[in-house]
Amino acid sequence: MRIPCPHCGVRDAQEFSYLGDACLQQRPILPAETPIDDAILDQWHAYVYLRDNPASDHRELWYHQGGCRQWLIVARNVRTHEINGPAVPASRMGRVP
Amino acid sequence: MTRTQPNRLDTGGLIDRAQPLLFKFDGRTYQGHQGDTLASALLANGVTLVGRSFKYHRPRGILTAGPEEPNAIVELRVGARREPNTRATTAELYDGLEARSQNRWPSLAFDMMGINNVLSPLLGAGFYYKTFMWPASFWEKVYEPLIRSAAGLGRGAGMDDPDSYEKSYAHCDVLVIGAGATGLMAALAAGRSGARVILADEDFIMGGRALAERREIDQLASVEWAGQIVAELAAMPEVRLMPRTTVFGVYDGGVHGALERVSDHVIQPPAHQPRQRTWRIMARRTVLSAGAIERPLVFGDNDRPGIMMAGGVRTYINRFAVSPGAHVVVFANNDEAVRTIGDITKAGGVVEAVVDPRGGASEFVRQAAENVGARLIEGVVTRAHGTRAVQAVDIESAAGRERIDCDLVALSGGWSPTVHLTSHLGAKPVWNEKLAAFTPGQPPTGMTVAGAANGTFALAECLSTGAAAGLDAASACGFRRAQIEVPDADPESTASSPLWRVKSARGKSFIDLQNDVTTDDVQQARQEGFTRVEHLKRYTTLGMATDQGKTANVNGLALMAEMSAKSIAETGTTVFRPPYTPVAIGALAGAHRGREFRATRTSPAHAWAKAQGASFIEAGVWLRASYFPREGEKDWFDATCREVRAVRTGVGICDVSTLGKIDLQGADAARFLDLVYANTFSTLGLGRARYGLMLREDGFVMDDGTTSRLGPDHFLMTTTTANAGKVMQHLEFCHQVLFPNLDVQMISVSDAWAQFSIAGPKSRDVLARVVDRQHDISNAAFPYMAAARMTALGGTPARLFRISFSGELAYEIAVPARFGVALGAALMEAGRDFGITPYGLEALNVMRIEKGHVTGAELNGQTTARDLGLGKMQSTKKDYIGRILKERAGLIDPARPTLVGVKPLERMARLRAGAHFVRRDAPASAEHDQGWLTSAAFSPALDSWIGLGMLSHGPDRHGEIIRAVDPLRGGDTLVEVCAPVFVDPEGVRLRG
Repeated sequence: MRIPCPHCGVRDAQEFSYLGDACLQQRPILPAETPIDDAILDQWHAYVYLRDNPASDHRELWYHQGGCRQWLIVARNVRTHEINGPAVPASRMGRVP
Repeated sequence: MTRTQPNRLDTGGLIDRAQPLLFKFDGRTYQGHQGDTLASALLANGVTLVGRSFKYHRPRGILTAGPEEPNAIVELRVGARREPNTRATTAELYDGLEARSQNRWPSLAFDMMGINNVLSPLLGAGFYYKTFMWPASFWEKVYEPLIRSAAGLGRGAGMDDPDSYEKSYAHCDVLVIGAGATGLMAALAAGRSGARVILADEDFIMGGRALAERREIDQLASVEWAGQIVAELAAMPEVRLMPRTTVFGVYDGGVHGALERVSDHVIQPPAHQPRQRTWRIMARRTVLSAGAIERPLVFGDNDRPGIMMAGGVRTYINRFAVSPGAHVVVFANNDEAVRTIGDITKAGGVVEAVVDPRGGASEFVRQAAENVGARLIEGVVTRAHGTRAVQAVDIESAAGRERIDCDLVALSGGWSPTVHLTSHLGAKPVWNEKLAAFTPGQPPTGMTVAGAANGTFALAECLSTGAAAGLDAASACGFRRAQIEVPDADPESTASSPLWRVKSARGKSFIDLQNDVTTDDVQQARQEGFTRVEHLKRYTTLGMATDQGKTANVNGLALMAEMSAKSIAETGTTVFRPPYTPVAIGALAGAHRGREFRATRTSPAHAWAKAQGASFIEAGVWLRASYFPREGEKDWFDATCREVRAVRTGVGICDVSTLGKIDLQGADAARFLDLVYANTFSTLGLGRARYGLMLREDGFVMDDGTTSRLGPDHFLMTTTTANAGKVMQHLEFCHQVLFPNLDVQMISVSDAWAQFSIAGPKSRDVLARVVDRQHDISNAAFPYMAAARMTALGGTPARLFRISFSGELAYEIAVPARFGVALGAALMEAGRDFGITPYGLEALNVMRIEKGHVTGAELNGQTTARDLGLGKMQSTKKDYIGRILKERAGLIDPARPTLVGVKPLERMARLRAGAHFVRRDAPASAEHDQGWLTSAAFSPALDSWIGLGMLSHGPDRHGEIIRAVDPLRGGDTLVEVCAPVFVDPEGVRLRG
């Protein structure tokens, strides 16, 4: 498989390491003072463990370890392995903690 | 003794008669020519019996002239270069080649295991599954060795392969797979359009069936036409011809795996050349022009040597100038095979009969038979006679049954497009009823299929579809289509109508020759309920082994369909997976074997450790000093104890350069560290170091290390050696994905610095002689957990940290990597008066166990900070990775195994990591398991074995006696639970 890195061009997937669903980016924001209750644990459990498993397009995180060291968001069809559009640096789409 | 070549024709063929080559088969010497394959050379010499079959050990000959060969598989070469299961039909002949037949004992002509043929009624489908079931105890000792000795094909060399292999990469616009008429046109069209083209073909001469047939293209003999096109392609600067290269796999995104046989056609690889090279070819567009494979016809004893595919017969006659038989019966269900009639006659053979099963032979066949005066029989061959060679066939027709003597049967059951590569990414081939063949389903993105591989069998169409595919591919890559004239081809008929088996056959009718699967086996599998094609394959082994059923699959499916009263389309086909033909593991491994299996990393001070006589050990990717043996020491144990004592009483140095080091800078660097560490770093003072604990988001500990503040916005993090890469990736993730608004930059400087630990009561005295004079390292000026940039060795930039893993007064000093060896030497010199002692990983480990410091054995990804007794380090005043989920009920359960120390009651009783804890009075069984021993060492300080472990309710059980049970190695030791710090629990020494 080949991944279109926005910095390095189309590169072999061996240069990248895979992390998983790009929803990991949506880390819940929780002030330090908030007491941890079951609802919060459930929310975080969902964030860390629960994933959709679509048999189609999937937004996912790839790290270009053997290249520019950027974390990228790649839109990949997990049935065909086709990658739709160039990968986008995750940092461009991040949130303020 | 050299033999002549009785079956060699005087003229024609692509062989060099001026270049005789000597080769050996089963110890006998024969002569062939440059341009031969092993198979063609054997046939030229009249050798038709070349192997024994897999299961019944039946005599087998050469069926085909290509990579689909199921029978003629031999051991090639001798000694360490011996390679089993190679196809004689593709093995290029060279002077000095040695080959042996397989699967026979004591000899090919007389084979003891031929008894299996007599026993064959007992050896049907599923025989192994049913027979070797009981008694279970027989399996390992009796059945398996028996099966192993009886089954299998060739023998491995059993020695290290003396040759080398390599991997290589290539990029192109258009990859054309297969250089027959279609592929040549495709490459020509793409090449003339200006595309960068790779044309790969498994054969050593390009041209495919254009070399094997007497056809006319543009008023030229097809073989000459092919030669001209190849010459034109070779002259194009952007076209790369790759003969002897099999594209064996198609992968995502236009990636192709290919095997180039660089040196298989010479007696041994030339200097600096590999035997084979594995290519990864990246292509923007691919044209698959892999041709088609001819199907055998299924009748009684259709496996006898001398029964050959009609296309193969034509190849041997036209390309290799070999007459494979003098008295020939042609048995074919299609018009194309009748070319064989003319070719045989031209080669001096006599066509005894043309058997056409279609119930009305075409005018085309009638004419061809008439032209040579051959009898045309509308009927079927029901059985072959002869054992080691075919002698006659029984033919059944409306006129009744008759027997015709012959020494060659040329068979054709029609052609199956070589669709394998189209389905490597999951698309199933689709059944085309009109062609009676599977044609490509949806090919992978970027691939077009042309010519016979697409079911377009007529030469004229091969040429036109090839050209169109080449132009389209180039155009899709942005090149302007070249003007190209599609050449004419002589007229032909490709009419065919399927005959899946001869129903009135007598004797064993083989479907899969390589695996000895007969029509009876398929019927039996069906009766036993194995009706799905995937089940049929596994149960009968139809389509398995080295040829993967290239000639067998479709006939097998058709029979299954017939028995199930279903269409072939409904029956479906099994999936083709890479590789298309066998690929040696060595070729896939390339240079990565033995010592080069993976990179060996050495510390920048490696030469220093070597000079000190270190014994090295592989630790993860690193080669590290394990201990430094001295004369008179029995083993590692003596050396380690000495090194530990030296550190605890004097001073020792240890190379710790392999630790991960990450430099972090930026206005938000401190905030960032607060987010990635469980404890707080924003409060860390300038010039101070702090132990940090990093969690994963799921609440478990990920890594630990010390991080120092070298400037207001400048930190230096250390990680464990093993996790250096993982932590770097994690930090990048946290920054780029989670907290991209933070102003922080980071880079791994692991390889930039050489770092030594100097430990022991005398360490400051030694260090004072190494760091430059202007730096005050007194206890007051440079206290415990101080960190500073300074210079050493007379002006060399250095970083000094007062941190201790051993529990002694200790420092770590880092210098730029290129000064690593010099620093080691300088420290040894400076410490000479103090008896300075280099120590290795073993001593380091003993001392950290004595101090209860955790390493990979405890930080195993399943332990929380609480489990490790480090719960109080976790901040309650800030957000950080892992903060929330570490509070899950299961992770704060006090019954969780928690870090303790253990001491055996008998101090010399050896403890081993991996032992499990049970209560003193409890049986050693899984339900009484209370934890496990993570680390163990002999402590010279305590003169006793000690250990660290994880024990349920651990901290409440200090003083309790429990068992450490190690059933794997026979250990069962009573140990006392204690605090996990054995030496200097108050930490006085490291502050001294």
